[in-house]
Amino acid sequence: MQITSILALPLKAVPLMPLVSIELVASRLFKLLLSAHGDMFERLGTYKSNRFSFAPTDLPLIFLIEPHLLRLKVVRQSEAFTADAGVEAPLVMLLALLEGRCDADALFFSRDLKVIGDMEAMLAMRNALDDCDIDLPRDLARIGGPAAPIVHRLAVEIRSRSLREIQ
Amino acid sequence: MELICPAGTPAAFREAVDAGADAVYCGFRDETNARNFPGLNFSRDELHDAIVYARKKGCMTFVALNTFMRAGDEEIWYSAAADAVRLGADALILADFGLMAHVREQYPEQRLHVSVQASASNPEAINFLVEAFDAKRVVLPRTLTIGDIARIGRKVKCEIEVFVFGGLCVMAEGRCSLSSYATGKSPNMNGVCSPASHVRYRQDGSDMVSELGTYTINRFSHGEAAGYPTLCKGRFDIGDARGYAFEDPVSLDVMGEIEALKDAGVSALKIEGRQRGKAYVAEVVSTLRQVLATAPSGRGPLLARLRALSEGQKTTVGAYEKRWR
Repeated sequence: MQITSILALPLKAVPLMPLVSIELVASRLFKLLLSAHGDMFERLGTYKSNRFSFAPTDLPLIFLIEPHLLRLKVVRQSEAFTADAGVEAPLVMLLALLEGRCDADALFFSRDLKVIGDMEAMLAMRNALDDCDIDLPRDLARIGGPAAPIVHRLAVEIRSRSLREIQ
Repeated sequence: MELICPAGTPAAFREAVDAGADAVYCGFRDETNARNFPGLNFSRDELHDAIVYARKKGCMTFVALNTFMRAGDEEIWYSAAADAVRLGADALILADFGLMAHVREQYPEQRLHVSVQASASNPEAINFLVEAFDAKRVVLPRTLTIGDIARIGRKVKCEIEVFVFGGLCVMAEGRCSLSSYATGKSPNMNGVCSPASHVRYRQDGSDMVSELGTYTINRFSHGEAAGYPTLCKGRFDIGDARGYAFEDPVSLDVMGEIEALKDAGVSALKIEGRQRGKAYVAEVVSTLRQVLATAPSGRGPLLARLRALSEGQKTTVGAYEKRWR
């Protein structure tokens, strides 16, 4: 699926950024979600020690998450990496899955989403995130300081436009 | 007719209640229920909170303890039953006759439903369970026609619940050994059909190949709608032909037959899908609630939008309107 949303232009700029900056921003967001959802990985059980890859098909980047270390790493798609389980889909869909606004099985049936590796680990991750009640605009607004209402409104607008495209 | 909705997580449970479920069914995080998937299901505390949430909104909670007890390990099932009763489950959905006997003996007031996993699909079997264990409701398998259901309905002394939407199991549930044959694990004993531990997906050129253990289940060409890696919906070489031996990757949708099901004596409509995400639960429950409130002529467009969420992006009435190939 080709995403032509409001996110398309910024997405084009991301690969031009230094990897260290991308990782810094992504790690900051990851820590933010962890602090807002302390039990985010509780449902992973023994799969907490696995390494998960999240690959947006519209970005040349792979996001690697190690839940037991509470660590996020970003690598370029061209680099070699190892992961026990992983998922590939357009960024907007991955974000929608993170919020539980899309059904992963339905995206799998429509072939918009690919899963690789250990399916037990991947299922556990899917179920863990689905139960989390993550709301990206609300969670992002927490670092907005005095601009929080603006950040929230902007994020809600981007989200609703993006969701309209994929639903 | 009641709308009975699935929940695999507390978040999905709340979605089901808010979307208009009359009852939500769920299970504990162990082998006592037939959806024992990683990361799915409820701890005791989560079930307590869920039941409280449902009660406040006038919704019932059914707890599925619908696998078969392992000799020597009965305590796992007994303690699950004890906790479900203590936490206030409105009904227990059971498959194992031994567990039914235990629940009836220990908790005489507890409402008991016969799970589809019990394979009770004729009046004699159902009435035996009603008389022996005071079962109040039976969930029928998805292998009966509406005519069969009506004939059963006239002869049984309990309520009838049927699946109307979601995953389509085409086998004699509770008796199917296909998953055991391929992986050593089954929904009946381990709570898993095609366990994720044995599932692999790989790309072969532009095709996606799904495998279960050492068996290739299917090969989907680029862009072709996919299905679950279950043997009953696998594509196989049979003689000179390649095709689906039992059933295509497809989901069940019998919502177009609500009036006929009502006339057949059905009192509860069940949605399959405890393994699905909360977005699916919310969408399906709210849509089917709307369908129930809509005249037959207006239901088509509502149901059409659920097709995209279905296995193989297709739906069928399955055996409810049996047309053998």
